[in-house]
Amino acid sequence: MSDGFKVLYYVNQFFGQIGGEDKAGMKPEFHSEKIGPALGFEQLLKGEGKVVGTIICGDNYFNENKEESLDYILNLVKNEAPDIFVAGPAFNAGRYGVACAEISRAVAEELNIPVVTGMYIENPGLDTCKQVAYVVSTSDNAGGMRKALPAMANITYKLGKGMEIGSPEEEGYIARGMRKTIIVEKRGSLRAVEMLIKRLKGEEFETEMPMPVFDVVQPAPAIKDLSKATIALCTSGGIVPAGNPDRIQSASAQKWGKYDVSKRDALNAPDFYTTHGGYDPVYANEIPDRVAPLDILKELQKEGYIGKVHEFFYTTTGTGTSVSNAVKFGTEIGKELKEAGVDGVILTST
Amino acid sequence: MKLEIGRIYIKDIQLGNETSVKNGVLTVDKTSLIAKLKEDDRIKDVKIDIAKPGDKVRIIPVKDVIEPRVKISGGNNGFPGVTAKPAQCGEGRTHVLYGAAIVTVGDIVGFQEGVIDMWGEGAKWTPFSQTYNLTVDINVVDGIDPHTHEETVRLAGLRAAEFVGQAGKDITPDEVLTYEMGSIFEESNKYPNLPKVLYAEMMITQGLLHDTYIYGVNAQTILPALLHANEELDNAVISGNCVAACDKITTYQHQNNSTILDLYAQHGKEINFMGCIMVPEHTTLAGKMRASDYTRKLVKMLGADAVVVSEEGYGNPDSDLLIICKKCEKEGVKTVLITDECAGRDGMSQPLADTAAEAVAVVSGGNVSHVVTLPPADKVIGNAEAIAVLAGGWEGALLEDGSLQCELNAVIGSTSEIGYHNVTCRLY
Repeated sequence: MSDGFKVLYYVNQFFGQIGGEDKAGMKPEFHSEKIGPALGFEQLLKGEGKVVGTIICGDNYFNENKEESLDYILNLVKNEAPDIFVAGPAFNAGRYGVACAEISRAVAEELNIPVVTGMYIENPGLDTCKQVAYVVSTSDNAGGMRKALPAMANITYKLGKGMEIGSPEEEGYIARGMRKTIIVEKRGSLRAVEMLIKRLKGEEFETEMPMPVFDVVQPAPAIKDLSKATIALCTSGGIVPAGNPDRIQSASAQKWGKYDVSKRDALNAPDFYTTHGGYDPVYANEIPDRVAPLDILKELQKEGYIGKVHEFFYTTTGTGTSVSNAVKFGTEIGKELKEAGVDGVILTST
Repeated sequence: MKLEIGRIYIKDIQLGNETSVKNGVLTVDKTSLIAKLKEDDRIKDVKIDIAKPGDKVRIIPVKDVIEPRVKISGGNNGFPGVTAKPAQCGEGRTHVLYGAAIVTVGDIVGFQEGVIDMWGEGAKWTPFSQTYNLTVDINVVDGIDPHTHEETVRLAGLRAAEFVGQAGKDITPDEVLTYEMGSIFEESNKYPNLPKVLYAEMMITQGLLHDTYIYGVNAQTILPALLHANEELDNAVISGNCVAACDKITTYQHQNNSTILDLYAQHGKEINFMGCIMVPEHTTLAGKMRASDYTRKLVKMLGADAVVVSEEGYGNPDSDLLIICKKCEKEGVKTVLITDECAGRDGMSQPLADTAAEAVAVVSGGNVSHVVTLPPADKVIGNAEAIAVLAGGWEGALLEDGSLQCELNAVIGSTSEIGYHNVTCRLY
């Protein structure tokens, strides 16, 4: 038994059996015994894991002193060095859910310890942690404890034993949002025809890809006086200095680059070329300005039509690049441009 | 229209002094094949090799895969409009060396060529690990521009398939499949109660190394065109593109389009399969609107109740796919889509470049950015280092011990959007 995996448990003042609303202001405490749900939890680990202690914190205290509470709790977790961290379940309790979520995320991201928790699908804490923790789907009140704990324990057991975690449907957790590539028995066309026939017969069918929900970016207000504006050039067309010094990928970019063009009138060949793998590079390589028109921008600067071309040009490869990487690149580049006092950006795609 | 496909089962492949099939063993006369291909004076050098299922062989960079066939009756042998005079495809009898494939290899043209592993982990991800492959590695003469290079390699692959296909001319097939369908009126009279279904096959037709040809016509120049379901199964459509290896439709996959075959299998049972609309994918918004309007019009004109739409490529064609879906659904036509996903290496990103609430029935061919590690091969046909510049590879993707780490992007046919392979994604 002493060789089993170690679980550290987190609960609030209520499930920690300290008290109700009147005790919600209590500071986080560590108890080396198993308290509340932690008690039954160990029995569900098939003798292979043990709960080494329970952290209890008041919901109000956590939510009103987040940073301090998180610091304290993370330190406790670091000291105990569990193999798996378990929080809740929080059901639909808002403050408790947010506490479980914030702690779960911090433990997973900062300490790299796998986390299991449980919540009702509408718990406000869910979005904070579902990508990094296994959040077992529970009912909206504590009446669901008897169903939630075995599911949480089962995932904990598998994590502890290094076993693969199955699908959300199999394991009872809320999908983390990960698109997992798998091999199935039937080829895609057969699945499509079967889906079609079900649809035609009015039978139930299930799409393999729920449509993504897009965020909406508000357009920036128009620049009133271009002749005083600094304009930056940015492209997802993969134009890079010869040799591709930052090794930006030809597809599915993992990074972006920026290059000083303050002393150039154009992005001439052979000093520049494209590393983009999604279009025919012939014409871009002849005249890279065809993709990222620094030449025209510099002419407009000379004419006084625009104030200035920003000294750095930014570039990456758009093809096959995930939206999450694109969002990250955009945020990083946007921040730099903002700090450099750039007023507008010409962003070319291919 | 009636087409008989006579399958001659190929159980082994070897190089020799004649081109023949004996007891299921395909022998290819290497010297004559090389001489035949070098009739094209743009070709400097040809290397022929073989790769069988289970061999610890890696083929890279792969341009196209073609099934060797010979026309026995009806139409013209070869690829009408490309390697042969124009003729009607989809009629008469065609013999197929079933289980064999021609795989073209050679210097990189674009960035979008791929890898085929014949064994182990890599074999799972490509359907062409299961075929007896004749590899044709083509070097072109110096100073040739990329577009001519692509054309040279494309035609060489088709000619090689024709040359090898001749071996099936006088052989009695092991199995004869009959594909027969009358006019849409006849079929509708025959099956008045079955729902009418069309297949809209989107093709990369963006020019500049991204083209598909129908009877030799560059599909970039066409309005969506209606084909009888037999035509594509009988060499009417060929690939001329360097789109990412994972979801390009190789010529082999056109010849054996699994969506057509699976719809055909239900014709007269659950559905009335009326034919294929070949839809060009354009890069401009005007092109996308025109092609999608025209597709919807054909769907309506033919009175279809449902349509299966398959995509080729990803990124901006995702928009074409969803625009077609929206327009068809709006007309009350039930639409099923086949696509793949760009969900990032960790699978956490949204999978498509566009979205539509109407797309309620979607089949996924998997995540193109899923990373696989392929163990070292005993033998590499082509050039293992090409992975550094292929879409889906990167500098350093070839590890020191010869293992290859790459995205499915680089694996031929892995995330097929005509549903040719059995990869998909689940929400985890």
